[in-house]
Amino acid sequence: MDLALFERESDFKWRIKPFGRMRVPGVIFASETLLREMDAKVYEQVTNVAMLPGIVEASYAMPDAHWGYGFPIGGVAAFDADAGGVVSAGGVGFDISCGVRTLHTGLHLEDIKAVRERLADALYHNIPAGLGSTGVIRLKNAEMGAMLHGGARWAVEQGFGTQTDLERIEEGGCMRGADAAQVSEQAKKRQRDEMGTLGSGNHYLEIQLVTDVYAPEIAAAFGVQVGDVVVSIHCGSRGLGHQIGTEFLKRMVLSAAKFGIELPDRELACAPIDSPLGQEYLGAMRAAVNCALANRQILTHLTREVFSQVLPQSRLPLLYDVSHNTCKVEEHQVDGKTKKLYVHRKGATRAFGPKHPDLPAALRDAGQPVLIGGSMGTASYILAGTEQGMQLAYGSACHGAGRAMSRHQALRNWSGRNVVDELGGRGILIRSPSMRGVAEEAPGAYKDVSAVVDSAESAGLARKVARVVPLICIKG
Amino acid sequence: MTAATRWEHFPHGADIGVRGLGATLEQAFEQAALALTAVIVDPAAVAPKEAIHLFCEAPDDELLLVDWLNALIYEMVTRNMLFSRFEVHLDEEHLSAQAWGEALETGRHHPAVEVKGATYTALSVARQPDGGWLAQCVVDV
Repeated sequence: MDLALFERESDFKWRIKPFGRMRVPGVIFASETLLREMDAKVYEQVTNVAMLPGIVEASYAMPDAHWGYGFPIGGVAAFDADAGGVVSAGGVGFDISCGVRTLHTGLHLEDIKAVRERLADALYHNIPAGLGSTGVIRLKNAEMGAMLHGGARWAVEQGFGTQTDLERIEEGGCMRGADAAQVSEQAKKRQRDEMGTLGSGNHYLEIQLVTDVYAPEIAAAFGVQVGDVVVSIHCGSRGLGHQIGTEFLKRMVLSAAKFGIELPDRELACAPIDSPLGQEYLGAMRAAVNCALANRQILTHLTREVFSQVLPQSRLPLLYDVSHNTCKVEEHQVDGKTKKLYVHRKGATRAFGPKHPDLPAALRDAGQPVLIGGSMGTASYILAGTEQGMQLAYGSACHGAGRAMSRHQALRNWSGRNVVDELGGRGILIRSPSMRGVAEEAPGAYKDVSAVVDSAESAGLARKVARVVPLICIKG
Repeated sequence: MTAATRWEHFPHGADIGVRGLGATLEQAFEQAALALTAVIVDPAAVAPKEAIHLFCEAPDDELLLVDWLNALIYEMVTRNMLFSRFEVHLDEEHLSAQAWGEALETGRHHPAVEVKGATYTALSVARQPDGGWLAQCVVDV
């Protein structure tokens, strides 16, 4: 990326002055090094988003931003319905509400040492992963509707997990305003066998070890200490979300002209929030959020079953569950006034600061846990939302490392077997149905997650709380 | 002059691009479908045992390409099948096609990754200087 395109507002905040059809500036949060290495496409996509009707304040990109579809991955933009604002299917993406949840185990490294192989095999056997895997339950029509309206709440009612899980999930585990009637039969059919499946690509279930704590007070509030073993699950709304994204993207592309919206890129397909199409999308997208929350809840239940067999002394309460690809209605301060905004986060994590009313009482003083996934061989991080972050980008932070090279290049550089052996030598057990998939997800194919997290902290978006490293990884 | 009929992948940051080339637009669409299968599995490992019929419509060739690939993704997931042979017929805004393949067997096919959807990114359906056709877009995996 050419730094001459930006005004340096601080060492970690770079501004693009509006030009052409941009309605607001672009802002990228990153260190100079990360910005320099960032794909030039991010600049183009940030400026394109700034052209959309009703965008408020700025088009933002997080430190892990990379070339996405329409929006950059790592893009954040808020829209005001009263100012003709839009909702964009492209701004949410295909894997609606893809996210990460982290569970405590109450265990330490020495507790699992003797059973590591057994635990890895049992998880691999019980967690459906990869293409063509099917879930433990098959949903009939009435159940599908209940799931799409109820989310993780529905899953708990079905016996997958406990009531106490729900307060540790954004929206209390159930996204309001979902409308299953806006979800097509095709989308429902695509989901029928996929409840409680991990998927593939960059999705995973990891057993991790906490190696560092940076903010002891917040870590204490989160219940995290050095030496703890935790479980993280990364996956989304599966086929249902993909189908909804596909269908609404096309409908929004075809109707943009009717709404008088000139799309700088077809992938930015959007519709006015107050239009029937905008409302239909919001209803369907929220149903997909619930699908993702229910899916992660069922996977949590399957994980707990495995732990109860292999390590009966363990207990797996939920630390927190975050979603990456969403559009949510939130109240934020704009020019000293409280405004209701439609905040799109595409490959970005909500990161509410301390005292936010949406946080559960136990976390309210600490801020929202922000769970950042790394690659298989590297670290992941637990961050906390900050007061400052609420002012910077509507309480948003980065979501992961981001790829440094294409899948194609990764396949040329590594074989799956070598990756598994090399990580095995470092004490990390990999279980996956696809060696090619493992090669495509090789740790070296990803950027340095630590640099991304350090930039997010230095920019004030979120505060570093703890670092974790993988012990076992079930890769879809 | 005969334009080469083939498929290839092209890089995209987090995902992968599929590209079909052919003497006719239909062939380019068929080759793009093969490129889609190749994201998941080696097409040579998929026996064309069973045929299904597909129909799509869209107001232009580029939207039609995305629809065609998305229709295949949908059939792959809901039928739990992989496809390795395609016959496409185009009639203005309409596409009708047959796709031949077989049931996915994880142990034998070792699928690398699941494709979530075809996107409008790097989307192009165009005549080539050699007179042949190109049909391409990025798919989200």
